[in-house]
Amino acid sequence: MNALLYLIPAALILGGLGLAAFMWALRSGQFDDLEGAAHRILDDDDEPLP
Amino acid sequence: MGALANPSLGVDTVDVAPFVRVAEDGNRRLDLMVGGIHCAGCVRKIERAFEADPRLQEARVNLSTKRMTFGWQGTDVSPSDLVATVAGLGYRAVPYDPETLASSNLREEKRLLRALAVAGFAAANVMLLSVAVWAGVAQDMGTATRGLLHWIAALIAMPTIAYAGRPFFSSALTALRARQVNMDVPISLAVILSATMSLWEAATGGVHVYFDAAVTLLFFLLIGRYLDLRARAKACSAAEHLVALRAIAAQVIDGDGRRRTIPADSVRPGMIVAVAAGERLPVDGRVNLGRSDVDMSLVTGESLPISVATGAQVFAGTLNLTGPLELEVTHEAEETLLADIVRLMEAAEQGRARYVRLADRVAQFYAPVVHLLAAVTFLGWMLLSPIGWQTALLYAVAVLIITCPCALGLAVPVVQVVASGRLFRQGTLLKSGDALERLAQVDTVVFDKTGTLTLGTPELVRSPGTESLSLASALAVQSRHPLSRAISHAAKTENLDIPNATGINEQPGAGLEGLIDGHRVRLGSRAWCDVEGSDEDGETEIWLAAKGHTPARFVFADQLREDAVQVVAALKQRGLEIALLSGDRPEAVARAARAVGIDQWQGGVMPGDKVRFLTRKAEQGRNVLMVGDGLNDAPALAAAHVSLSPASAADISQTAADAVFQGTRLGPVLEALEVARRSGRLVRQNIGLAFLYNAIAIPFAVAGMVTPLIAAIAMSASSIAVTVNSLRLSRVRKTPAAEAS
Repeated sequence: MNALLYLIPAALILGGLGLAAFMWALRSGQFDDLEGAAHRILDDDDEPLP
Repeated sequence: MGALANPSLGVDTVDVAPFVRVAEDGNRRLDLMVGGIHCAGCVRKIERAFEADPRLQEARVNLSTKRMTFGWQGTDVSPSDLVATVAGLGYRAVPYDPETLASSNLREEKRLLRALAVAGFAAANVMLLSVAVWAGVAQDMGTATRGLLHWIAALIAMPTIAYAGRPFFSSALTALRARQVNMDVPISLAVILSATMSLWEAATGGVHVYFDAAVTLLFFLLIGRYLDLRARAKACSAAEHLVALRAIAAQVIDGDGRRRTIPADSVRPGMIVAVAAGERLPVDGRVNLGRSDVDMSLVTGESLPISVATGAQVFAGTLNLTGPLELEVTHEAEETLLADIVRLMEAAEQGRARYVRLADRVAQFYAPVVHLLAAVTFLGWMLLSPIGWQTALLYAVAVLIITCPCALGLAVPVVQVVASGRLFRQGTLLKSGDALERLAQVDTVVFDKTGTLTLGTPELVRSPGTESLSLASALAVQSRHPLSRAISHAAKTENLDIPNATGINEQPGAGLEGLIDGHRVRLGSRAWCDVEGSDEDGETEIWLAAKGHTPARFVFADQLREDAVQVVAALKQRGLEIALLSGDRPEAVARAARAVGIDQWQGGVMPGDKVRFLTRKAEQGRNVLMVGDGLNDAPALAAAHVSLSPASAADISQTAADAVFQGTRLGPVLEALEVARRSGRLVRQNIGLAFLYNAIAIPFAVAGMVTPLIAAIAMSASSIAVTVNSLRLSRVRKTPAAEAS
């Protein structure tokens, strides 16, 4: 049963990390424009080589 | 779409400064609503225009919301210039304040998403602990270990319930305050009671701990809630989009002939306003000077422009196509026809908000029954047995948990998501979940003519020959008139060699003139081409006159959608009442009605009349589906029980409608009705399943035989059963719509 002492905190910390990452993504606007990004990738704005 | 703006048209006189927000660190931001963006090209074009400006830190277009954000520091950027530059690219840009404008839906969405993430995290971890407990009970877990696991579960579950349960608690409170019961009342009660009881059990070292059930329940229900909101967020308020249509400035000509630009709001009757070709009319007025063709689709729904000359009445929001006009203003800005349409629509939208969703209607009798049952359980055990009030309360709470409408809460949203997913694959975008419920109740269908039963654009149906067509298209390419476009289109599909025309000149309301191989060629009305006689059969025609040729006649018609006849027949066959309402001339409406086989029709109908027609039908107890596309249909679309609009429709109409279908066929209307009816049946089956499960589980709960393990299994099983049943809808079955074609 001693395994529980580190397994449960490990599970919680890993899950918490995922949760925090999601919250960060939400707050920093990653989900604000779901359509634009798909179009932007087609936008070839590199300068032609000299 | 593609509202044309003229950069010289005094956008600078509208004060943009109040819309600039200054942050504490000196950063300034300006938000614009941009009309007419619909592809990557537009995004790129606009962003490119600001890329080189070193003063701007940010100039970004959001394609999903059709908004644009600027960010800069200091005071050397003129916000009016930014607006003018966007306008100069041909997009109508209107500043707005994101704090005040319905971004509440977006905030709500983020709030739900955060709650969903927290609930998901907690559900996974609590379930992990619960599985350990259930497995341990069968083997040799000590009470101390079990207590520890219960406490950890409590530590995760209690804050989660307090946080992720808020959407349900607040909704339940609102309902209770209004002395009503919705689905959230039994949900909230079950979650709160099970959490409280579990906490008490954990504290006293008991075994009946339902944290897993409570948290998983919240997680499932939040999924349903989130899906529902996502669908609804697409249908943001129509009034918001109308802003983009309103000309924001008007060019006024003073008595001494000088021109100045003032906001459209401050135009007064009697003033003279100049409107250049390609601009939207800022006011209602009478033509004082000039000739032009005006796109009146706002009023009549007709796509063919109407020639106007001195004395003609014209309306705000309509588009001046070919020549400059001077108008005498007849109505103030708040009294224009456009303002009327906005008011009609707002009134209609409020009316619709009163619709009570099926789930809430079920809850109205479900909740009291369940609560009564729990009370009876408690009193029964209290009075008739010696087990004491604590255990009696435990059994009563178990009844509440086992009857918690989890499956019921999922029964509706899952079907709606599957149904809208299925419709989406077929090109129909359903904007709200309850639209599906309303669609299933439809017994009357009202169509608009132009753009709905027909394609809305004139097509060349009789051409005098390829030689004439190529001559005509040489002139027509230079014009924006829909008939010219039809000619160019026809020439392009026939792959004709188009000669070069020079010196082309467009005479508003008459036609085009130009030189081809040194010969003067005219394309336009009968009078313009000096043709004798009068137009005998009321067809839409234009003539081509060239030296040495007999005048040639082109005839156009607005073609019916290819499957219109079959779809109308199929709708009739299902016992639906069908009507046709159009702003077009009665003769034209009669002809279309005969062609598709509709007996009930009215022509020359104004936007307000359409709404009155629908209200009358509603008073007769009919549930009307309105299918329309024009701006003039928008109030009717908002007023109908449920509404559909083709993707070619005006922006406002698409916003007002419950669903938008794509393509040139009318079949999606039938398809949407069929899917709605089938999902209505599935929802009822699901609710039936949920009741059946409750009918089996309740006796055990009342008898006090439900353990946390049984509760968790029963709850998940019913949710899975409901979900699997809903998924049957996505299985492709040959639909009558497919047979009709």
